[in-house]
Amino acid sequence: MLDVKAIDVTIEDHQVLKETSLRVTTGEVMAVLGPSGSGKTTLLRAIAGLVAVDSGDITWDGESVLGIPSHLRRFGLMFQGYALFPHMDVADNVAFGLKMSGHDKVANEVADALEWVDLGGFGDRTVDSLSGGEKQRVALARTLAPQPRLVMLDEPLGALDRNLRQRLVVDTRRVLEERGVTAIVVTHDRDEASALADRLAIMRDGSVVQTGHIEDILADPADDWVAEFLS
Amino acid sequence: MRRIRWGWVAVAAVPAVFIGYFFVYPVVRILGLGLSELNIGASGLEARLVRVGWFTLWQATISTFLTLLAAAPLTWAVSTYEFRGRRLATALVTVPFVLPTVVVGTAFVSLGFGDSIWAILAAHVFFNTAVVVRTVSTLWARIDPQLEEAARVLGATGWSVFRRITLPLLKPSIAAAASIVFLFTFTSFGVVLILGGFEYATLEVEIYRQAVTLFDLPLAAALAIVQLVGVTGALYAYSRYQERKTVTWTLDRASNRPISTGRERLAVALSVTVTIGALSIPLVALVARSLSGSFYGALFETDPVIGRPISAVGNSLLFAVAAMSIATVVGLMAASVITARRGSLSRWFDLTLMLPLGTSAVTIGFGFIVALGWPIDLRASVWLIPIAHALVAIPFVVRSTVPTLRSIPDETREAAAVLGASPSRVWRHIDMPIVSRAALVGAAFAFVVSLGEFGATSFVARPNTPTIPTMIFRLLGRPGETSFGMAMALAVVLAGLTAGIVMWIDRVQFGEIGRF
Repeated sequence: MLDVKAIDVTIEDHQVLKETSLRVTTGEVMAVLGPSGSGKTTLLRAIAGLVAVDSGDITWDGESVLGIPSHLRRFGLMFQGYALFPHMDVADNVAFGLKMSGHDKVANEVADALEWVDLGGFGDRTVDSLSGGEKQRVALARTLAPQPRLVMLDEPLGALDRNLRQRLVVDTRRVLEERGVTAIVVTHDRDEASALADRLAIMRDGSVVQTGHIEDILADPADDWVAEFLS
Repeated sequence: MRRIRWGWVAVAAVPAVFIGYFFVYPVVRILGLGLSELNIGASGLEARLVRVGWFTLWQATISTFLTLLAAAPLTWAVSTYEFRGRRLATALVTVPFVLPTVVVGTAFVSLGFGDSIWAILAAHVFFNTAVVVRTVSTLWARIDPQLEEAARVLGATGWSVFRRITLPLLKPSIAAAASIVFLFTFTSFGVVLILGGFEYATLEVEIYRQAVTLFDLPLAAALAIVQLVGVTGALYAYSRYQERKTVTWTLDRASNRPISTGRERLAVALSVTVTIGALSIPLVALVARSLSGSFYGALFETDPVIGRPISAVGNSLLFAVAAMSIATVVGLMAASVITARRGSLSRWFDLTLMLPLGTSAVTIGFGFIVALGWPIDLRASVWLIPIAHALVAIPFVVRSTVPTLRSIPDETREAAAVLGASPSRVWRHIDMPIVSRAALVGAAFAFVVSLGEFGATSFVARPNTPTIPTMIFRLLGRPGETSFGMAMALAVVLAGLTAGIVMWIDRVQFGEIGRF
C-alpha cells in the first residue's frame, strides 16, 4: 500500500505541493483529478523520486521510500509525452526496464508485453515510425514490462485526439485490470477518471481536497469548489 | 532531505580540477609574477608594453578590416546565387582556416614574402577569409527575399536595398565574424613569429621571446597580463553587443536564386575564381617549393643536431592520440555538468571552460613553465604537451557535444531512471549512444588541434620530442636551401594530415567547421 503523508514540495521557490496526502491500496486504480497547475504531475514525480520532498513522508507497505533513489523504488511512471528512447527500437524500449533489473533473456517478456497492448510484431519498428496511439501503447508496455509494484500514468491519453482516446481508455483499463496492478492515473478529464479508476482523489492548489468513489463525491462534495469542478 | 550524489560530484570534480590546476592556477601565478614586477617607469618598461600592445591592436584591426573586404565578393556570390560549384567554393575557402598557423606561415615564406608587415596581413586575410564567408553567408542566404522585394517595390534601387535592408539585417553576423577574426589576429602567434622577423612582434610573440629566448619571466608575465586584459575586453564588448542586438526576424530556408543575366554570371565567376585563385597561390607555392628538390627523402635522414625530422610525425601522432583522449573524457564530463542545468555551477563551468579558447595558447604554455613546479615538478614531463593540447581542444569537444546533450529531454533520462537505471547507467544507455556521434566529431577536432598546436607547444616541447610544428619552426630557422625545403615538405605533410581529418569531419557533420 502506498501512503503519501502530508508532503511539501518546492520547485524554484514555488511551493507546488502543500501537505499533500494520498493513500492507494494494493490492487486498486486511483485517479488523481484536478485542474492544470494543481500539482498532479509533481505529486507523481515526488512519489517516483524525481523531485525532492521538503517534509512529510512517502511509505510503501509501511516503509519510507524517501531514502531510495528513483531507479531502486520499483515505481513505474508513464510520462505525459511518453519519453520513448529515440535511439532504440520498440523492443529495446520495452526491454529496457527488464534489462536494468538484471534479466538477460528478455525476448519472451518483451513479446508478451507488446501482446498486452495489441502491438505484437511491432518489436523492430523505430520509434518515429509510430502513430500517436501506438506510441502511447508502447509507453504503457514499457512501463508495465518490469512489473513495478506501483504504476503511475501521467495524462496517459492527453496527447491523443478524441476518437482515439475513447477507444484507448477502454484498452488501458483492460490492460491495468488484467495485470492486476496498483496504479495512479493523473488526468484533468472527469469521464476519463471515472472510466479508468475505482476511486478518485481531487486536487486543488497543491493539496488533495477529497478522496472517494465518484458517486460518493458527487453525492457529498467537500465544498462548493469540488461540486462545481465535477459538474 | 536532498541527497548529495557523490558520483555526480566526482564527474564535476574531474574537469574542475583539470581546468583549475592546468589553467586557472597558472594564470593566477602569471598575474602575481607580472604585477609584482610591474614597477611603472622602470627602464622603459612602459614604453615597451605600449609599443608591442599598440602593434598588436592595429595589426589586428587592419587584418580584420581587410579580411571583411576580401571575403565580401565570395560571401555575396555564395549567399545570393545557386550555381554549380557553390558548395565546392565554400569548402575550398575553408581549407586555409583549418591549416595549422605554422603551415600558413611557411606557405607565405615559400612565396619569398617573409619579414614584412604585408606578409603578416596577407597571411591573416588568407587564414580568416573562411570565418567571414561561412558565418555571414549562412545568415545572408536565409534572409526572406520578400523583404528585399518589398523595398524594391517601394522604390529602392539595387544599391540602397543592400545598404538599407540587407546590410542592417546582416550586422549581427558581420559583427560576430569580425570579433572572431579580431580575436584570432590579436592572439596571432605562429604566423607573426615566422613572418615578422625581428621587427614585428605581437604580444604573443613578445611573451615567447622574453620567456623562452631572454628568460625575462616577469616581463613576459606583464605582457601576458596586457594580453589577457585585451582579450577579455574584446570578448566582453562582443557579448555586450550580442545582448543588445534586438532585431529578430523569421529566418527563411536558404533561398539562393539561379543566375539569370550575363552580368550576374560574370560577377559571380570573377568573385569565385579570383578569391579561390588568390587563396590557392600560397599553397601551390608551398607544394611546388617542397617538390623542387629531394626534400621529402631528406626528412628521413638523421641530422646530428635535430635528429630525424620525420620522427616528429610519430611524436605528433602519439601526442594527438593522448590529447584527444584527455580532451574527450574531460570535455564530455564538463559538457554533462554544463547541460545538467544545476544552476550556477553549470554556468560557471560553461564560462571557465571557454576561457582557454579565449585567452591564448601562448599564455597556457607560459603558465605551465611558470606554475607547474608545484606540488611536484611537472615542467620536465613529456605529458605537458598532450595536456596543453587537451586544454586548447576541450572547448571544441564541449562545443560539439553540448547541443546534442541539451537536445535530450530530461524526461528521457527520468524515464530510464524510473525503469531502474542508475545515474551511471542512464549515462551509458541514454546520453552516451545519443551523443557518440557528436563526441566523435569533437574528438577528431581535438586530434586536429593537437597536430597543429604551436603556441603552447613552443614552451613545453623538449628538443628530443619535437612535434611537427616545432620541427618545421626549427628547420625554418636553420640556414641552407635543404633545411628550407625540408620545412616546406614537412608543412605539406602536416597540411595533408590535417586536411584529411577535416574532410572526414565534414562528411560526418557538414557545415560545422566554420563555427570556431
